[in-house]
Amino acid sequence: MTTPLLSVSGLHKSFGRTVACDDISFDLWPGEVLGIVGESGSGKTTLLRSIAGLIEPDAGEISYYSGEGALDVHDMSEPELRRLQRTEWAFVHQHPRDGLRLNVSAGANIGERLMANDWRHYDNIRSEALKWLAAVEIDEARIDDLPRTFSGGMQQRLQIARNLITSPRLVFMDEPTGGLDVSVQARLLDLIRSLVRDLGLSAIVVTHDLAVARLLSTRLMVMKDARVIEQGLTDQVLEDPQAAYSQLLVSSVLQV
Amino acid sequence: MTIEPAAARDTGYNFAYLNEQTKKMIRRALLKAVAIPGYQVPFASREMPMPYGWGTGGVQVTASVLTPEDVLKVIDQGADDTTNAVSIRKFFKRTAGVATTEATAEASVIQTRHRIPEQKLTSDQILVYQVPIPEPLRFLEPRETETRKMHAFEDYGLMHVKLYEDISQHGHIATTYAYPVKVEGRYVMDPSPTPKFDNPKMDNCAALQLFGAGREKRIYALPPFTSVVSLDFEDHPFEVQAWEHPCELCGARDTYLDEVIVDDEGGRMFVCSDTDYCASRRQAVSEAAE
Repeated sequence: MTTPLLSVSGLHKSFGRTVACDDISFDLWPGEVLGIVGESGSGKTTLLRSIAGLIEPDAGEISYYSGEGALDVHDMSEPELRRLQRTEWAFVHQHPRDGLRLNVSAGANIGERLMANDWRHYDNIRSEALKWLAAVEIDEARIDDLPRTFSGGMQQRLQIARNLITSPRLVFMDEPTGGLDVSVQARLLDLIRSLVRDLGLSAIVVTHDLAVARLLSTRLMVMKDARVIEQGLTDQVLEDPQAAYSQLLVSSVLQV
Repeated sequence: MTIEPAAARDTGYNFAYLNEQTKKMIRRALLKAVAIPGYQVPFASREMPMPYGWGTGGVQVTASVLTPEDVLKVIDQGADDTTNAVSIRKFFKRTAGVATTEATAEASVIQTRHRIPEQKLTSDQILVYQVPIPEPLRFLEPRETETRKMHAFEDYGLMHVKLYEDISQHGHIATTYAYPVKVEGRYVMDPSPTPKFDNPKMDNCAALQLFGAGREKRIYALPPFTSVVSLDFEDHPFEVQAWEHPCELCGARDTYLDEVIVDDEGGRMFVCSDTDYCASRRQAVSEAAE
């Protein structure tokens, strides 16, 4: 592994006078899961959305290394970026309702990326959708139900299935377990972890929950006030935090 | 069938109601639409003396292409004698003084609300459609900014999501009207409320086909002999409706039929929706009998 999958350098984004991301640089290597933690308002989500090409940063470079070489995420044409977003990338939103189409069935939701990639055989699309429903532990009988009849946890699993069906190389997750109760969270994390491992995905996971970061990520970045204040291997950062804020963050986890 | 000849028009209005500047603006939009088949061209739609949904878009297009020598036919659901068709025909008789007809072959401009006439159109004719919702992607994507991008980038996967949904709910593609088509291998277009039975007639049609959506302020077009392909799945190919019965009036088996309830005891009959086609077939039979 000589080249990273994604390389971010000098990324800066501000909204008016509010600085959201300040001079952020890092590399993501193939097969790696990077966790971004930090308090609310520290710029985690803005960072993720900038990298995924959903918002335009003010400065900095984001290079994605696809099979064909390095691509500058904010320099490529919009059709090219969209193609990337529906093939090699995936984005799992915090609220499943942002990432799902609520007025079409679960099967259509899962199949959408396939159809966007020119699948034109109904039975093939359907059997692939059934396979993925099973993979995310949703009863196959519910393939024709609308997502709004699903529980929050099921909606989130559906969103994950819908994103992973085209076997992306890079998955962005924004608080994938936010708003779910603890037992559902645990099962979902377990699921994501095994999918990431089985498919050999690389992922960037934004979370404020250190437990999520510990379970999913191999490497951790701690953000505070728009800057990265500490980064390293997950266990290292959590066991031996160096920055004062990281220490506070780790010590403030509720022990049950 | 005979032509009702041109007569004096109401000179209180400009020819065909719209002023010349407006017609010029609409003709520009039409030219652009013909140049880019299937692309929705925005235009400054005017208020017309009829409610939205009654064909304000189609009427503006017709007004812009009409000349004093034209022979106009107006149909609504295939029929020449329904309220919408009669009132639009009267409107142009009064404001343009043009000749009108119910016979498809005699007309040079045909304005339609749903159907394409059963009789094959010729290169001397213009077919004008009244369109309520021109955007085929609207059902799944409510944002206009996004649908415009999807057209620009040829990002049409979503259209198949709708067809998928049909098959999963009904076992077959249950969309029977406004069935999406791909024009010249490029733009996905909504043929609007025409039944899918008529989709194959749009393909490679000799006549110029113009679409006007008044409320949505869009014009699009199919120049003569344009390829129009209905979208489908490999294992669920596009097919048109078929009826078990022939038309009970003229006996045609290859036309689009309307179900008409004839009494309050469940009696019903199936008849051609194209009234002119049906009438001319019956006339041919009665003439042959004499």
